[in-house]
Amino acid sequence: MKQVTASGQTVKDAVQSALEQLNTTEDQVNIEVIDEGKKGMFGLFGAKRAIVKVTIKVDPVNQATLYLKEVARFFSEDVAVRVKRDGKHIYFDLSGEKIAMIIGKRGQTLNALQHLVRVMLNRGSQERFRVTVDAEGYRDRRQQTLEQLASRLADKAVKIKRNVTLEPMPSFERKIIHSVLQDNQKVETTSDGTEPNRHVVIKPL
Amino acid sequence: MKALITTIVQPLVDHPEDVAVTVKEETNKVVYHLTVHPEDVGKVIGKNGRIAKSIRTVVYAAGTDTKKRIYLDIM
Repeated sequence: MKQVTASGQTVKDAVQSALEQLNTTEDQVNIEVIDEGKKGMFGLFGAKRAIVKVTIKVDPVNQATLYLKEVARFFSEDVAVRVKRDGKHIYFDLSGEKIAMIIGKRGQTLNALQHLVRVMLNRGSQERFRVTVDAEGYRDRRQQTLEQLASRLADKAVKIKRNVTLEPMPSFERKIIHSVLQDNQKVETTSDGTEPNRHVVIKPL
Repeated sequence: MKALITTIVQPLVDHPEDVAVTVKEETNKVVYHLTVHPEDVGKVIGKNGRIAKSIRTVVYAAGTDTKKRIYLDIM
């Protein structure tokens, strides 16, 4: 974070000098007055200079985009990051060469990256963002796969009259399974185990 | 690889200047040893080691084209 502490005869002077040092304008900074200063007697005795701390405001979403780009660079030279912001939900989409490396097996690398970006973005900020990191439509494709898998395994559970246990998945993927089978009268779904081994169990009714 | 680890970790901690990575090459693996400021230890490990796990996942994925096995040691 870029910040300077500056002093001046008045608060205004101090801020001005800080802005010059940072080479920026007043609307792009946060100003914290440390000491208002005192004029002193006849401007001679007991005069105290005003001290301010000026910090450049950073947009956390921009920071996170940069972070993703920098990390992605280690996988492949040209990875583009597109950002979509929908209120508190920030959606990052990666595209480029060798994107499969960034997704990883069952999206595990992508999920790890998503987790790191979320931690970074929400660190030290009051508001909480929801973060999705996607790569060339992977999340959509995964959703379709999971929907098909869910209906297939529900049929299987009914046929063999036994519980069918799925492999461990992150919460947002389990949610897809639960919602697909919500209206299915023949089965019931629950989640079992503790993170990171929590998994869906499909029970025939 | 060293640069990747610092790139990942620095934005997560309060004292980015204290993030250090040392490398130790062994016959079959390369061990990266990550140290951070004592106050930041929790920030790179996370609840139940979730952050540490995510860092490892990303680092190991980026290291697939190197010949030796990579191992990331935190603290």
